[in-house]
Amino acid sequence: METANKYFLKDLGVMFGRSMRHIFRSMDTIITVSITPIAIMVLFVYVFGGAIETGAKNYIDYIIPGVMLMTIGSGIAYVSYRLFTDKKSGIVERFHTMPIARSTVLWGHVLTSIISNGISVVVVILVALLMGFRTSAGIFSWLEVFGILGLFTLALTWVAVIAGLAASTPDGAGAFAYPIIFLPFISSAFVPTDTMPAVVRAFAENQPVTPIVEAIRSLFSNQPVGNDIWIALIWCVVIIVVSYSIAMRMYKKL
Amino acid sequence: MKNKIIEIKGATKAYKDLKVLKGVSFDVEEGGVFALLGSNGAGKTTLINIMTTLLTPDEGSVKINGFDIEKNPEAIREVISLTGQFAAIDGILTGRENIQMIAKLRHLKQSGQVAEALIRRFEMTEAADRRVGTYSGGMKRRIDIAMSLVGNPKIIFLDEPTTGLDPEGRLEVWKIIKELSATGTTVFLTTQHLEEAEQLADKIGILHGGKIIALDTLEGLKKLFPPAKVEYVEKQPTLEEIFLAITRKKEEK
Repeated sequence: METANKYFLKDLGVMFGRSMRHIFRSMDTIITVSITPIAIMVLFVYVFGGAIETGAKNYIDYIIPGVMLMTIGSGIAYVSYRLFTDKKSGIVERFHTMPIARSTVLWGHVLTSIISNGISVVVVILVALLMGFRTSAGIFSWLEVFGILGLFTLALTWVAVIAGLAASTPDGAGAFAYPIIFLPFISSAFVPTDTMPAVVRAFAENQPVTPIVEAIRSLFSNQPVGNDIWIALIWCVVIIVVSYSIAMRMYKKL
Repeated sequence: MKNKIIEIKGATKAYKDLKVLKGVSFDVEEGGVFALLGSNGAGKTTLINIMTTLLTPDEGSVKINGFDIEKNPEAIREVISLTGQFAAIDGILTGRENIQMIAKLRHLKQSGQVAEALIRRFEMTEAADRRVGTYSGGMKRRIDIAMSLVGNPKIIFLDEPTTGLDPEGRLEVWKIIKELSATGTTVFLTTQHLEEAEQLADKIGILHGGKIIALDTLEGLKKLFPPAKVEYVEKQPTLEEIFLAITRKKEEK
């Protein structure tokens, strides 16, 4: 075991490099990941937005946090898919017969997910800026926004790892992401929750997307973030701990 | 007496109620080609997966190169490599990148030179910088085996290396295996094709009903049968011989 752990960082570098090559050789994945959230953003800003009363001056400023979360939700489906492909093609078995730190097979994909989702989010922000998104947020607020988004990506990525390890078909590997992509609709991401029926409202206000959206919205508009940021952090950390331990247990049985 | 590089005693393995291995025992000496014969579902792949540290047996002991697979899998992984039933390669990377990746994971210095040497040895210079996804089945198998040779492992496990290959591809793999064993590497291969074992193997084991029911050289196995009778039979060319003759003629033109 010792020899393998000694090489953890080195092996991780190789796995990460491999998986990043996959991303850069199929840039269409970045585009596919960004296109749905951008379409939704266009739809909401130019079609529904005029009829939605949010109290915000600029509707796009109101929905941008939710759109960013949707982007990440659609991005993580690729983690499951790539992991599933690795498992099916036998390359995981090949890696496992070699003297490497085994967990780097997963960590390589996880690291790549953080980077590629970051790129997709930046693409979405650029489009939003063209559509009139404005913020007075300073550098520290931006750093906090990216910090939360990074944690959220990490949390969902480990969920995606579970799906990739458990799946028996490539479609199955990606399908788990759909509910996650639509989670922002039943939150305060697009409309305020106070007009929702009691049951829906209770769900919307107590699921992870709402505090994350609220925290980012406050950061962008220079408002105090209050408790939202802590609730958001707790959600992310809990999801990371739970899904990481389930994923690792499944991986060891592989 | 040669070194025993594989020692298996009473290995069993069951998947739920299905007993695949029911007490497999045999030894393999260092060097040469060992062929494990068995029909589909006989448990050949299960046995290979145990020897390559992917699975642990339910009972029994398995030692590779003197190390116990349960106590010391890391030491075994340093000296083995596995070429599985399906080419375990990264289709998005090029052939060169695939070999380099393995060299880096084996923690070799100068992975670039290692890759270059293997590409030359396997005469793949032309294809080396194309994505492996575009390769033919035979070329995929070749790069797959080339990846297994990185770092010169002492034992190479080949699980049905010629399944799904055309006749030319198969001959090419046979050639590679012969060359490998000439350099002193121990080759352990599984196959369903009796002819393949006849062509390549120094020793043949037959896995049937979850046990090794015979283990000997080809000559030794032949002695289990009544002495050969001499019969006169008109020699017809096989379809394979015809196919190879015609396609080679085409290439010469």
